[in-house]
Amino acid sequence: MSLQVELEHYRNVLIVRLRGELDHHTADVVRFKMEEAILRGNSDHVILSLKELLFMDSSGLGVILGRYKQLKARGGKMVVCDVNQGVYRLFELSGLFKILPIHDNERLALTSLEVVS
Amino acid sequence: MNARNEMTLTFSARSENEAFARVTVAAFVSQLDPTLEELNDLKTAVSEAVTNAIIHGYEGDSSGMVTIEGIIEGDVVRLIVKDKGRGIEDVELARQPLYTSKPEMERSGMGFTIMENFMDGFDVSSEPGNGTAIAMTKRIESKKALFN
Repeated sequence: MSLQVELEHYRNVLIVRLRGELDHHTADVVRFKMEEAILRGNSDHVILSLKELLFMDSSGLGVILGRYKQLKARGGKMVVCDVNQGVYRLFELSGLFKILPIHDNERLALTSLEVVS
Repeated sequence: MNARNEMTLTFSARSENEAFARVTVAAFVSQLDPTLEELNDLKTAVSEAVTNAIIHGYEGDSSGMVTIEGIIEGDVVRLIVKDKGRGIEDVELARQPLYTSKPEMERSGMGFTIMENFMDGFDVSSEPGNGTAIAMTKRIESKKALFN
């Protein structure tokens, strides 16, 4: 497995840390783990923390967009933080930044969510 | 370095091989001394083309084979990613940003757009029932040139 998913519940926020490479092969694991964690933890919001995400392609965009829709249907928000240059370009190209606010780090991402919650 | 250098890589249409394919291409191109950004562009484009072959070309049938031909000539790398799968009926439609034939699989529909943006040259040839070939080129601005 070339991708690790670390999940942490903090109050009503689920923090998802992705390490490694997110592609079509590893996207299913991210999908299932996040889906389950959101439902089980009854999380309102999600922070996608991508400091150690070394590679991502359009399959990653698909799974992120899928979870965004899942949260939005529940009235929650998703934000991203610690995005490296390669991942940033993909987000920019796909217009994902128009729906996903971006922050420098987890602390700032949490602050932004506590304001809205 | 003007001599032509070629490689061919053929592998099963299994999703595990997506990482194998992009890392192998990156290793082949590394002789041109690309920047990290150029390398990431190439890896992403390869990953998109190979994923398309596996998901759309062979629709998950792992007995299919995907072939990548790589050619380095001067400072240009040319990659052709081929499958013998079902082909694309409407290439123009498939190239539209956000279009996907498999929305239920959470596909973003950005594969072709990413390949076009991350590479310098991009061309699709496909025939229903006869597979797809994606040809891409990228010029590697050698870091060495900066010091000469």
